[in-house]
Amino acid sequence: MDFTLTPDQEAFRERVRSWLKANIPADWQRKIGSSDVPRPEAYEFLRRWQHTLHDAGFIGLTWPKEAGGQGLTFMEELILHEEMAVAKAPPMLNILGVGMAGPTIIAYGTEAQKKRYPAKILSCEEIWCQGYSEPNSGSDLAGLQTRAVKDGDHYVINGQKVWTSLAHIADWMMLLARTDPDAPKHKGITYFLLDMKTPGVTVKPLKQITGDPEFNEVFFDNVRVHESQVLGEVNGGWQVGLTTLMYERLALGFGLQVRLRITLESLIELARKMEKSGRTVTKDPVMRQKIAQLWIDTESLKYTGARAITKLLKGEMPGPEASAGKMVWVETHQRLQELAMEIEGPYSQLMQGTDWALDGGTWQYTFLRSRANSIEGGTTEIQKNIIGERVLGLPK
Amino acid sequence: MDFGFSPEQEMLRATARKFLENECKSEFVRARMAEPAGVTDEFWKKLGEQGWLGLVYPEEFGGTGLGFVDLTVLMEEMGRAVMPGPFLSTLLGGLAILEAGSSDQKKEWLGKISDGTAKATLAWTEPSARWDAPGVTTTARAAGGGFTLTGTKLFVPDAHVADVLVVVARTSEGKRAEDGVSLFLVPRGAKGLTTKLLPTMDQTRKLCEVKLEDTPATLLGAKDGGWAPLERVVQRATVALCAEMCGGAQKVLDMTTEYAKIRIAFGKPIGSYQGVKHRAADMLVDVENAKSLTYYAAWAVDENVPEAALASSMAKAYTSDAYRKVAGAGIQLHGGIGFTWEHDLHLYFKRAKSSEFTFGDATYHREKVAQLINL
Repeated sequence: MDFTLTPDQEAFRERVRSWLKANIPADWQRKIGSSDVPRPEAYEFLRRWQHTLHDAGFIGLTWPKEAGGQGLTFMEELILHEEMAVAKAPPMLNILGVGMAGPTIIAYGTEAQKKRYPAKILSCEEIWCQGYSEPNSGSDLAGLQTRAVKDGDHYVINGQKVWTSLAHIADWMMLLARTDPDAPKHKGITYFLLDMKTPGVTVKPLKQITGDPEFNEVFFDNVRVHESQVLGEVNGGWQVGLTTLMYERLALGFGLQVRLRITLESLIELARKMEKSGRTVTKDPVMRQKIAQLWIDTESLKYTGARAITKLLKGEMPGPEASAGKMVWVETHQRLQELAMEIEGPYSQLMQGTDWALDGGTWQYTFLRSRANSIEGGTTEIQKNIIGERVLGLPK
Repeated sequence: MDFGFSPEQEMLRATARKFLENECKSEFVRARMAEPAGVTDEFWKKLGEQGWLGLVYPEEFGGTGLGFVDLTVLMEEMGRAVMPGPFLSTLLGGLAILEAGSSDQKKEWLGKISDGTAKATLAWTEPSARWDAPGVTTTARAAGGGFTLTGTKLFVPDAHVADVLVVVARTSEGKRAEDGVSLFLVPRGAKGLTTKLLPTMDQTRKLCEVKLEDTPATLLGAKDGGWAPLERVVQRATVALCAEMCGGAQKVLDMTTEYAKIRIAFGKPIGSYQGVKHRAADMLVDVENAKSLTYYAAWAVDENVPEAALASSMAKAYTSDAYRKVAGAGIQLHGGIGFTWEHDLHLYFKRAKSSEFTFGDATYHREKVAQLINL
């Protein structure tokens, strides 16, 4: 067991730290409106930010060099995320591309596909979204009904996706569609790389609990996709899709922990300036208990993640500690957001748009947004089934 | 970075598990519960032969010379077997001698502790049940070149079998309560020393009342300088305790998972019902997080990094809650059988409870965390 870094890793940390110090745009948090999920008006700013990070060589650290990456290990990725958190850097916009689409294309793509897509993902020239969930298939993802029918050297796609983050600004979609309706449900699905500008693709914003249209519905009306856009085998899309989800848990997992720590530090700042019954919140023994527990849970997430990364560095697959990560993150983040409301007290009722709203009303947004955490990326109930069945070996 | 165990540590785990599966079966544990000593000479001797009684002491003092990460592995296995006896108390006493003792004191006691010929303990808390310096009211008076101690210590683990007690006493009223605390060695049979074994809920852990009446004692370390080494000892012993708790919690999860696979209700194994399955998943999350924090704390105290105190408190706060919850859920998912004396679950449930209140519970350590993060 050793938490120290090699001289090379220390040097990398120094380089990241000094670069961030010189390059983080001032006042970016005001533009974003939230440290958790970017507001729609911030997308152009975030696109430029990722481009700048890419020019400095900080995007795709674990990607192979021939795909435009840096060929480094998860350790450097971890250092980068930690430093970005400490420096309160803006988030990465094309996270679905960098974390999921890119690695999946590198794993399953043809030479032509590997040449065409990954580089533009890193530079944020092309933003990706994920077309998995449908109105009638969320937790039961393999039951998806969007159809792709062969017509010459094209497939014709009809159907609908929902909860599609970034679809309204995305250039490409990782699309799962059913190519063989007669096969068992896991065996008739194909993974497509879909150009969002193809005729017949309609994106409709889905106004959510926050009042913002962060997610979308995407409709496919006779959308023609060339067969060269299939990723992996025809009818082999389920396996490809699962690979993407594995990368999702790995790549997004660490970023989430770091963002949680940033949010917790903001919560502590809030607690320092608020009073309860004439006493600063941070001096109230009950509130101290609650904040300390959040700190402990956030740290536990970090070390549970570190155990998973250690296994990855040794070439093993992460075990139970990885499956527990998402659940812990969700539960901790939702509790943190609830505590922010408790600290604000009656002020928690005020939204952005009045000078009386605390911190510009950002906590109200992140509080409401956090309700999705236990639903998106696999509901907490599904995570518990996965842990119960695949980790503990309990019967279905 | 490497947040995993070395092949040697994995081997230690395998050896310890096999040893305890043979030597520390449920019948052995139950027999020791029913007796005052809580341990047999034969069993203690074997622990010594394995090199486990002196695992973390330097070889020059007769120890095995390993670190706290190694100890973590061993303690996890001991917790898994809900091992009775004065292992943790002897570790406490030994660590205090290692931290504060002179070279001669270390040579005298650590060798005997390591080979199993001496048991030790730490007599710290008093009827006030405080873990802080103002709680130390046992007084030490200079007398004839040495000291005599007077006071009452409570919740002293295994004092009735200890060959030497490290006693925390007040030598002066310093500016701060911490400033006037010193550590002393009191050998078994010292004049004015009485120990009384108390009935405990967790019968695998023996606790005593210790009375000192003008008891002659030898200073261990610097006069008025006892608080800093005591804090370090407790910080380290806390990590060891957390590891033991993690091992126990993991065992409860294992027992419960196995039972949920074979117990049939309404024609199906109960583990197929989400009401059971989801609670088992919650147990796993508690166990895994407790391990992550404990392993990190073990590394932090081993390396003596600045955040060691924070790491130790985070681990104890989390693990205190986790073991209690996991042991409770274990009983619930077993149903009626889990509530019987015959089933081993209550041994773990009670160990979780006694461990929760050893070295401070979750509430106490959350407040420490709050202080350490400058809240």
